[in-house]
Amino acid sequence: MTTVREALNESLQACLRESPEVYFLGEDILDPYGGAFKLAAGLSTQFPDRVITTPVSEAGIVGVGIGMALRGLRPVVEIMFGDFVTLAADQLINHAAKIRWMSGDAARIPLVVRTPMGGGRGYGPTHSQTLEKHFLGAPGLRVVAVSDLDDPGALLHHAVFDDNDPVLLVEHKLLYPSTILALDNAEAYDIERQGNGYPGYFIKLRGSPETRLTMVAYGYMATLARDAMRSLAIEKEIFSELIVPTQLSPFKLDFLCQRASQTRHVLVIEEGTQTMGWGAEVSAGLHEAVSSNLRVGRVAALDMPIPAAARIEAQVLPSVERIKDMALELAV
Amino acid sequence: MKKSSQNDADLYRKMLRIRLFEERLLEMFPSGQIYGTTHTYIGQEANAVGVLATSQAGDVVVSNHRCHGHFLAYGGSMQALAAELLGRETGICGGRGGSQHIKWENFFANGILGGTVPIAVGMAFAEAAKKGNALVYTFIGDGTLGEGVVYEAINMASLWRLPLFFVVENNRYAQSTPVELNLAGDICARFEAFGISTLAHEADDVLEIMRLAQDISNSIRAGEGPHALILHTYRFAPHSKGDDTRDPDEIARYRARDPLKAAAARVQQAVKGEIEKSVAAEVDEAYACAENDPFPAAETLTPPLDELA
Repeated sequence: MTTVREALNESLQACLRESPEVYFLGEDILDPYGGAFKLAAGLSTQFPDRVITTPVSEAGIVGVGIGMALRGLRPVVEIMFGDFVTLAADQLINHAAKIRWMSGDAARIPLVVRTPMGGGRGYGPTHSQTLEKHFLGAPGLRVVAVSDLDDPGALLHHAVFDDNDPVLLVEHKLLYPSTILALDNAEAYDIERQGNGYPGYFIKLRGSPETRLTMVAYGYMATLARDAMRSLAIEKEIFSELIVPTQLSPFKLDFLCQRASQTRHVLVIEEGTQTMGWGAEVSAGLHEAVSSNLRVGRVAALDMPIPAAARIEAQVLPSVERIKDMALELAV
Repeated sequence: MKKSSQNDADLYRKMLRIRLFEERLLEMFPSGQIYGTTHTYIGQEANAVGVLATSQAGDVVVSNHRCHGHFLAYGGSMQALAAELLGRETGICGGRGGSQHIKWENFFANGILGGTVPIAVGMAFAEAAKKGNALVYTFIGDGTLGEGVVYEAINMASLWRLPLFFVVENNRYAQSTPVELNLAGDICARFEAFGISTLAHEADDVLEIMRLAQDISNSIRAGEGPHALILHTYRFAPHSKGDDTRDPDEIARYRARDPLKAAAARVQQAVKGEIEKSVAAEVDEAYACAENDPFPAAETLTPPLDELA
């Protein structure tokens, strides 16, 4: 049983093994520590020259990654907590995302910046956030999110070797210890993969009758949505389906629109704050594309910082119960 | 007068190309032919010409918003630069980058101050990893010393002993603000605190700048890690176009020490005349050709990301 952490760690090892152009940079990533979330365990022992521990300089190390990529390397930069990615916002938005295009496509930046986002660990307002919403829609930057489905390591491998543009790879920290749900052994679910490099997934309960609600969620929220889907079926006999994208930006709405025009009810679930977020964009796009008789609901974090104390942290972040409540409100 | 050498003539020609190109640019702004903005290098030409005279094939140059002089000294095409400034499809970046964002061969400029410095560090890291002999020249100004990321970058440059040549052009003003109002302490000490060997110089002689830069680039290529050269300089023209609030007497005092005059004085009169004539013709032709070039077609607006399977 492979966990998401093991899959990503093995993928990093494979990337470093496959090409001398791959470098891995980040804070506290050397053995025996192996990174704050242990994604780097064993890497510096095997590849001492290409696993580089850095100063506490998030903007600086993303810039270093951009420079390496411009000179023919394929760097992976770890930002220890996703919350710190704001420190590198200038590097991502004004440099990584623009250099190719503003040079008239005369330069390429095969850079991967990977970072753990998300709450549920009691780390408080500045170590629990889901901040990718601020980077979605930045032209020239791809944003990809790992889930516990299929092969998270393949996503990383694809970003490193097949994508010549900068990628912000978002990993929810609660997913790291999760066991991967393989497509051919997916408990009560039928899971269909769509696309190859950054695939989407279409999930239904095995043997489910016609569905009347389409949920869409990425990252750890897809795990909660899956639980909600099962519970709604068992407890309320409401049958739903779930779409799990991995590429968040640019976002492709086609399949979601196709499903929405069948079920006519869509629930968009995200862990970021609700206002002006991913769900707002998905919802707007759906309403533009599916013209009539469509109901869209959203579940997201409350529009406030994430508190440290467990009891109130749980109030702020989305939960299976909130997803179920909103599903009932929409689809009843 | 000393006998003029080929080197003196070359240096003068290179400086004059920047001076005349930029003077024409400022003349053209009021006519509305140029859209957007510019930051001219008039008065600072000896810095780029002197420093980049030490560059070799394969070296990288990282520049900033005031990049035209660096670009021309690097060997960039005057005509392609004129076309970029006039927003033509034949411009260096097809009109996407404009005055501040130029990428050609190993030359990279970005108008975001400071953010270029860690990128230069990453480039030097990659060059060092290739075990070649390439240098990364990084030009910043005194104003950029206010950006925190610069210190993250020079820390890593020194920590990893990378082949970086930092050139700080202290033109004594960050846009309109004199250096005394925005910079505490000492410029050299900033680099020295990170263990970077640093030299400061009153930059009014291109030959002297070249000599210092040659010593520094030799040391870096010999594996002695990053070095910094602080050039105390002055721009004669406004920060951008019409935004000059400096004391005209101060500008006149620095103009009296114009590095271009010092460079011209070393060139024989006849040679000098020939250089002036040919550079003026080159500038005329660069702008004339650019003016006849087409504007970018809407079809050139391709997406900024590859569509992947």
